[in-house]
Amino acid sequence: MAVRKFAESGADLELVGIQKRFPGFTAIEELNLTIPAGSFFALLGPSGCGKTTTLRLVAGLEEPTNGRILIGGKDVTGTKSHQRPVNTVFQSYALFPHMTIIENVAFGLKRRRIGDAVAKAHEALRLVELDHLAQRKPQQLSGGQQQRVALARAIVNRPALLLLDEPLGALDLKLRRQMQLELKTIQEEVGLTFLHVTHDQEEAMTMADTVAVMNKGAIEQMGAPEVLYELPRTSFVANFLGQSNLFTGRVVDTTSAAITVAAGGQHITVPLSRAQRHQGEITVGVRPEKVTLHVDAPTDTSDRNVLGPGRIIDVSFSGVSTQYIVDIPGAGAVVVFAQNIGSGPVAGVDSEVWLSWAIDHGFGLDDVPSETGRFPADDSTSSIAAQRREDLVSELEEN
Amino acid sequence: MAFAAFATAEAQPQAPKKKSRIALFLLLPGILYLVLFFLTPLISLVLTSLQAPSEFGDIGVYEYAFNWQNYVAVVESYLPHILRSFGYALAATVFALLFSYPLAYFIGVKARRWPLLQSLMLVLVIAPFFISFLLRTLAWKQLLSDESFVITSLKALSLMGPDDHFTGTPFAVIFGLTYNFIPFMTLPLYSALERLDTRYLEAGSDLYANPFTVFRKITVPLSMPGIVAGTLLTFIPAAGDYINASRDFLGGPDTQMMGNVIEANFLVLQNYPAAAALSIILMAVILVIVGIYVKRSGTEDLL
Repeated sequence: MAVRKFAESGADLELVGIQKRFPGFTAIEELNLTIPAGSFFALLGPSGCGKTTTLRLVAGLEEPTNGRILIGGKDVTGTKSHQRPVNTVFQSYALFPHMTIIENVAFGLKRRRIGDAVAKAHEALRLVELDHLAQRKPQQLSGGQQQRVALARAIVNRPALLLLDEPLGALDLKLRRQMQLELKTIQEEVGLTFLHVTHDQEEAMTMADTVAVMNKGAIEQMGAPEVLYELPRTSFVANFLGQSNLFTGRVVDTTSAAITVAAGGQHITVPLSRAQRHQGEITVGVRPEKVTLHVDAPTDTSDRNVLGPGRIIDVSFSGVSTQYIVDIPGAGAVVVFAQNIGSGPVAGVDSEVWLSWAIDHGFGLDDVPSETGRFPADDSTSSIAAQRREDLVSELEEN
Repeated sequence: MAFAAFATAEAQPQAPKKKSRIALFLLLPGILYLVLFFLTPLISLVLTSLQAPSEFGDIGVYEYAFNWQNYVAVVESYLPHILRSFGYALAATVFALLFSYPLAYFIGVKARRWPLLQSLMLVLVIAPFFISFLLRTLAWKQLLSDESFVITSLKALSLMGPDDHFTGTPFAVIFGLTYNFIPFMTLPLYSALERLDTRYLEAGSDLYANPFTVFRKITVPLSMPGIVAGTLLTFIPAAGDYINASRDFLGGPDTQMMGNVIEANFLVLQNYPAAAALSIILMAVILVIVGIYVKRSGTEDLL
């Protein structure tokens, strides 16, 4: 029988050597993960990276091929989903269409024979401000309201662990923001452990204490959102979590504080402490908003990397900022986000510009460039196409 | 129909407000057909049921009257048959449901991953329709007659006594009814279960419901339109069936149902008012039972 009382507080979740194979493909290679009690943890990754499978494994809706799942130190690998102290907010909400809202919310409480189920369900509905719709059927509610009901239906059970499967995916921007805030507030109020799965990097960064970036069935990097953003370790993370300008070259100079990389005739310096590797062929990068655009050759070059001259090949205005794409001979296209402090773009297409950024803002990646190649920037279809062709050619050569 | 059972009032499309003569014109053939072949016989049946024997006439000659005592008379003499009819129909409906639900669940839910198996099994469910059900029922009579391999084997194994029979027993009639109506039960159930969203089942399991509770609280209510449609399609014709219970098929003298006495009264005894009165009683009782059933199961949209 299921647990008949509420969890006292959130519980640790531990995944040990989890592997999941489906006929024909492997969804998760090997996953080791510990989520401490009371934290808001986000699994971030593109579709097909295995993040939803991970969630389903934790919920007990799939069985791992190998490995163990521990919740609050107890091995639950062999137990069925209805025996786990876990609740899920499904991507599709999955509200029972034949029950009213209040019946939906009270469902879990009644299964666990918790007293005052209906009163507690009303309380949960008040938390999401939908108590006035308690007698309606789910299909009479809007998408945003259904989503809040799904959330109420899960948190009313006070699970040790709450799983969120892209629950905000179907909402419009404004409602999404509101729900993000509400979720965060609820998490702080009730002190549950949240595991949030999403492909939206902004959602993950604003809500979670810890973000793990998943790619191809494995975790690429894990940490606080600021750390992940400031110091990405792989080109995948650098490009999936925000945008990055990446340059690949050989280390030509090493001092006690910094290394210098020669990338296509341009020299780029990165602090030693911010570079993962210090020798040979490495990839270094900088975030577009940290790059400054100069219409004249900059004179003060101390502690700054300077690239140029180059030509602007694209300017797009987006209100708060303007995005410039600058072609630097030898280094390729570099993206620059400039805040619109003055009025409008400072330079047009085809003008000659220089770029600079503080040495402290650069970072060096852990990837071996020859193995991973440059991650195709997703703002340019031609670069993706070129990347695809390169991949195909190299694959053909290997065979 | 069944598909609309869960639609809310708001979700239903508004009927066009403008009165259209074309619509009436298009309805005309259907209305004429119903008047000619449904309403006329129904009125004729009611009138016949109230006829009285003509005073100096032969057997089988009746004249119009208001002889409502016909109803009392048939209920008095055929009450066992009336009760038996609904008892057998109920038993057959329950057995067909118990047999068809797992079958439909397997085809509609479990076999989703193998569309080929799904189609094959559906064809197998429908396949009996390719042979007349008279022939199939006769075949069962042969297969289960006293001289048949099955029965002689059972007798040899002492599982049946030397003087026991299968054909002619209530069990044989219920067996035949169940067999004949299984496709009518399976197909509506399949159409309801085929659209069952298994994510609801996962959500139920996530909310601490064990597999049995998930089935009881989620699967069954969500397939209710199929259950109601299937049971109606089985119960109504089964209650009026006269083939399975007939002595020429699986029945015997003690298994006669309403259909058989109507047939006997009409064709053998030439007591037309009695046959008509019985028909009307059958119709009325079915209407009341179905009305209550549909009301109770909360699927009024089916009507």
